[in-house]
Amino acid sequence: MNGVHDLGGMHGFGPVVREPDEPVFHHAWERRVFALTLAAGFLGRWNLDMARHARERMPPAEYLAASYYERWLWGLERLLVEHGLVTPAELEARRRDPRSPVAPAAGVQPLRAEEVDRVLARGGPAAVAVELPPRFKPGDAVVARNLHPVGHTRLPRYVRGRRGVVERDHGVFVFPDTHAMGAGPQPQHLYTVRFAARELWGPDASPRDHVYLDLFEAYLDPA
Amino acid sequence: MSAGHADRYSEIEQRVRALESLLVDKGLVDPAALDRLIETYERKIGPHNGARVVARAWVDPAYKQRLLADATAAIAELGYTGRQGEHMVVVENTPRVHNLVVCTLCSCYPWPVLGLPPVWYKSAAYRARAVIDPRGLLREFGLDLPEDVEVRVWDSTAEVRYLVLPERPPGTEGMSEEELAALVTRDAMIGVARVAPPAARRQA
Repeated sequence: MNGVHDLGGMHGFGPVVREPDEPVFHHAWERRVFALTLAAGFLGRWNLDMARHARERMPPAEYLAASYYERWLWGLERLLVEHGLVTPAELEARRRDPRSPVAPAAGVQPLRAEEVDRVLARGGPAAVAVELPPRFKPGDAVVARNLHPVGHTRLPRYVRGRRGVVERDHGVFVFPDTHAMGAGPQPQHLYTVRFAARELWGPDASPRDHVYLDLFEAYLDPA
Repeated sequence: MSAGHADRYSEIEQRVRALESLLVDKGLVDPAALDRLIETYERKIGPHNGARVVARAWVDPAYKQRLLADATAAIAELGYTGRQGEHMVVVENTPRVHNLVVCTLCSCYPWPVLGLPPVWYKSAAYRARAVIDPRGLLREFGLDLPEDVEVRVWDSTAEVRYLVLPERPPGTEGMSEEELAALVTRDAMIGVARVAPPAARRQA
């Protein structure tokens, strides 16, 4: 989707504001949102691409005004409701009354404390162990397709229609565009593609500089 | 902090408390697991992990070669694996090339080696500017790169996560791996800073 989360190349956000000796979390509630999001993710009802897409669907003005963990909270509530784990009425009732009655969830296995180290160390590899012939090889000239899907995509607006060169073939990976929409992993090759800064940003950019993006085969055509 | 801010956060706190109690009561999350997740990312996993990787690469040429060829495996040699570091690539700074890492679409970041990202890395300003104005951004961070240095910006658009291998600063000959690791900063491994020589660090 052509959302406001696709920020690359935008102007007007001012300088990057840094904080010396920044803590990992700034508020107690941020810790809880972080952990709730990870723990709920381990229920296996949605994948990481769906979680990213949930946050992207926050209305644009709200997205820009929200802090990072406010976006996570918004996305988590949305995922829980969309996947039928809680109802909007339960959420609403619990905000008003901390002892509001709830229906226990059936057939779920929550993440246990003793499993945490193991599942984090294992991670969730997005590489897929299937052999597929690559359409491109390092050194190939490619052009990023001019696509504007209304669903999730990892093809930023600023490279669409731009020419680059394949730097590296990472092998076969899950395709986020379909994976996020519940349409399957559609495994395909993932490539690092190098774009000249001037191809992306015009003659004011440095002639030496480059931007590298990891792009799926379905995003690319031969140039 | 303005009253508006305080109200906003107390409203969020309430919303988060309600959500957590609801999920616990429904049996969807285990509070002990939540505490364990928080403890892991607040205390155990952080840029000190990445600093050990960098220091090892500085002192061990064979390790550096493995790191640049297959970063995921080389980083796993030091025990750092898993979530948001499943597919690692390390890019090397040299006198001719400076690397900078960003995620313009969300805030992808190599958790096992750097921990959770700082607020500025997740900010709209950084995500917007890193790709279009990397040199201006680096100047704000105090790094004025000469024109003849190539800037390479890595936009983390898929599940590959990037770590910058900074240049080893002068004046560190004879330092131990542990001493070297103490010099390496998070910002240098994102690519918004150089690793300062030890003398400069003492003055700072």
